[in-house]
Amino acid sequence: MADSNLPKPSSSVKLVLLGEAAVGKSSLVLRFVNNDFQENKEPTIGAAFLTQKCNLPTRTIKFEIWDTAGQERFASLAPMYYRNAQAALVVYDLTKPTSLIKAKHWVAELQRQASPGIVIALVGNKLDLTSDGAGDAADGSGEDGGEDSGDARKISTEEAKGYAEEEGLLFFETSAKTGYNVTEVFTAIANAIPETSLKTARGPGASHAAGRTEEQRVNLNGPRDAEAKDSCAC
Amino acid sequence: MTTSPSPSKPPHPISASPSASASPTPSPALSPPALPPRRKISSEGFSHAAQPTTAVSSIDISTLSFPDGSRGTFPSNAPGPVSVPISGPSATPNPSGYGTPTQNSTLGDASDAMSIMSLAAPTTRAQGHGGDLASLVAGGLNRKSRAWNMLRSQSSDAVQPFESIELGIPGNLAGFAREFDDIPDGNTDEVRMALWKSKMKHYMILSSAGKPIYSRHGDLSLINSYMGVVQTIISFYEEGQNPLLGFTAGDARFVIAIEGPLYFVAVSKLGESDAQLRSQLDALYMQILSTLTLPTLKSIFVHRPSTDLRKPLEGTESLLSSLADSFTKGSPSTLLGALECLRLRKSQRHAINNVFLKCRSEKLLYGLIVAGGKLVSVIRPRKHSLHPSDLQLIFNMLFESGGIQAGGGESWIPLCLPAFNNRGYLYMYVSFFDSELDEPTPATEPTPATEPTPATEPPEPSPPPNDEAIALILISPDKESFYDLQEMRTKLAAQLTTPKTNHLALIRTAARAGRPRIPSIAPGSQIAHFLYKSRANVQFCMSPLPSRPSSPSQDTLSDREGLETTLTTRRRLMSIYHELHASVHARHAHLRVLHAVASDAASLAWITPVFELYCVAGPHVSRTAMAQGANAVVQWARREEERLFIIGGGVF
Ligand SMILES: Nc1nc2c(ncn2[C@@H]2O[C@H](COP(=O)(O)OP(=O)(O)OP(=O)(O)O)[C@@H](O)[C@H]2O)c(=O)[nH]1
Ligand SMILES: [Mg+2]
Repeated sequence: MADSNLPKPSSSVKLVLLGEAAVGKSSLVLRFVNNDFQENKEPTIGAAFLTQKCNLPTRTIKFEIWDTAGQERFASLAPMYYRNAQAALVVYDLTKPTSLIKAKHWVAELQRQASPGIVIALVGNKLDLTSDGAGDAADGSGEDGGEDSGDARKISTEEAKGYAEEEGLLFFETSAKTGYNVTEVFTAIANAIPETSLKTARGPGASHAAGRTEEQRVNLNGPRDAEAKDSCAC
Repeated sequence: MTTSPSPSKPPHPISASPSASASPTPSPALSPPALPPRRKISSEGFSHAAQPTTAVSSIDISTLSFPDGSRGTFPSNAPGPVSVPISGPSATPNPSGYGTPTQNSTLGDASDAMSIMSLAAPTTRAQGHGGDLASLVAGGLNRKSRAWNMLRSQSSDAVQPFESIELGIPGNLAGFAREFDDIPDGNTDEVRMALWKSKMKHYMILSSAGKPIYSRHGDLSLINSYMGVVQTIISFYEEGQNPLLGFTAGDARFVIAIEGPLYFVAVSKLGESDAQLRSQLDALYMQILSTLTLPTLKSIFVHRPSTDLRKPLEGTESLLSSLADSFTKGSPSTLLGALECLRLRKSQRHAINNVFLKCRSEKLLYGLIVAGGKLVSVIRPRKHSLHPSDLQLIFNMLFESGGIQAGGGESWIPLCLPAFNNRGYLYMYVSFFDSELDEPTPATEPTPATEPTPATEPPEPSPPPNDEAIALILISPDKESFYDLQEMRTKLAAQLTTPKTNHLALIRTAARAGRPRIPSIAPGSQIAHFLYKSRANVQFCMSPLPSRPSSPSQDTLSDREGLETTLTTRRRLMSIYHELHASVHARHAHLRVLHAVASDAASLAWITPVFELYCVAGPHVSRTAMAQGANAVVQWARREEERLFIIGGGVF
């Protein structure tokens, strides 16, 4: 966690996590912030706010993370959290088909209602439950194909990736449990935030000053950004 | 329920229930597995003290009543929450009766209020509502309690000042340590059913249409048919305009509460009274309201009576279960309908209140600092009060059900506080103070010596981490106020940890010091444990609960054993308190001193309009020794009143 001593410009990025209940939003955040995992995580009530720094070669990004509750009854509060967000992580559980449908709803809502320049990453979590848990295997199994033992995958990489490319989203498959690809998601987001939309660090509590001047929609090249060499400071 | 008197329900349903004493075994399926009957109601009616009983010897103790302080009526039951909602009809007689003998003369119990006033110092009159924590009369006793004088004089006489009874036999707590284990999947239904039946306590919630909503044990598919039977029985009686309130089957007592479209059922083999079980069910109902609000609950069922409530309640299950488990383990707070505070010097608390007030955001409704479930400081608007039953829900969420704390970071939680207003949501900012925050005080680290009590007392053995967690809770009606409250927290954290005075470190030291210990309160006393409730303040204090040996072994197996013994010992202690409490509140004497013996313990309850004291000692401790110990505790509590209890809190 040792921060680099070099004074780099630092800026805050407001990030929101959305997705169906129990897909692993809080677990991803816990992995990113504390490098920890809990087997039986309680559902989030309302929303949790956490911060974590991410060191890029040229600057430091301080993520201000809103981890929202996926349960239906909290859905009406979501706009409060994505309203001024510069980035969103829309999470689904790749062992659960309904969760991708829900994720698509969130993406649509974000594209309609959130800041025009918002960077959105689509994240398929719980990769450890699939046979290609390492993440690099060519996944043969289609939506219904993954019946071989040990593979709980219900959503193929192609399907989700294809959708993400169409919508101009970053795309990752992760495991909060093993930590696979987790920091990569956040690093990619940090890299994808356009320089122009970054403000310099503010005092705490000032982040509600709304009216962030918005810039042009960013054109993302998808997961390429994930190859960024630097990873987050965690 | 008890907090919001429902006109459709008699305030004291047990005595009004003709069916309560009938003990039908409604269905073979519902009867518990054959166990030797632990208590026979007929011969040991005391263990179900809400029922009329003849098992208790009735030595006349009226010689101990006050001339003026004793005219209050003490209903036979309802140990439940003691608050009355602001919106509630204040003319309604206070459902819990004894818990709120103070402030609000518009409440029924005027004579009780008078008697408190006559004993209390003539200080700030409270402007609140009956039973509200915050509207408590300031001051307390400025002169010696007459009750105390009387008890003292009597106990040294040959006259027996006490009513004496025998407690129920200790009962079979053998399986209690496994009470909280899950019923594992993958067994046959018979095995799982047997496990389910072996539980000593069940809580079930179902809709009046028979849809299961919640069960503490067993997944709903396992017990679906049982729910059906329960629903059939309850609706049968309900249709007859003669609601079933409780019945006994074998050694299990069933208590039923009906709240609009919801049926609540408690099944207990632990010997609680009906009133006590009812107040537990009430708390579960409050949790449901807290999730949904009353209008939402109503509209759900108005539109579709067959709605499956599990979906809208999603995520509430773990809160219901942690509430239920705290009742099963035995919750002094629920038993007494009172809150526990962290013992602090008056000047320290005062300073904390002032810092808290100084940092206040415009958006704030209530602010609380809580250390391990014990209240440290409260700030509130002059015209609003806090309700113990609401705080119980918050404390349960933060300290009993681990989710919020484990999540790290700050939380922003919409919730309804039903006793405050059951029609809408408030928004709660929660942040736990890291222990690192204690550090940045290189200058004057507060020496323990300035805090006499913790210094002289060894810390409570290995308290679980939750006992030390310090939470800041900021509640606002404005759902957009997160960042304002976050800013308030930043200011407050800075102010609480200035190099000059590190309030936070003081709080942590006090939390670590644990509960007041009897050897320092009443040196030489033979009392093993006590509960002391200040009725005016709706707060209580107690000595440390049984906890694990101070050096927990590395060996997980004996660790588990230690935990089991602790659980069982604690439950036995709490069972004694429940019996004592039920018994002493079942009678209508004015001043009540009740001495009770069991094969494994002697105990004493002492009730005055000002306080309630319950204490337990070994089985052979004499009444005189108990009385002396009780006196010592009461004297101590009087002396320490302003340290033990929050009197008024910070008002803005
Ligand atoms: N095997 C596996 N389990 C996971 C993973 N991530 C999360 N889980 C588990 O999935 C459950 C739900 O995880 P949470 O992080 O609470 O899910 P959430 O999306 O925050 O849920 P809500 O707060 O209710 O919206 C927990 O029991 C986690 O332990 C993962 O990558 N692999
Ligand atoms: Mg979550």
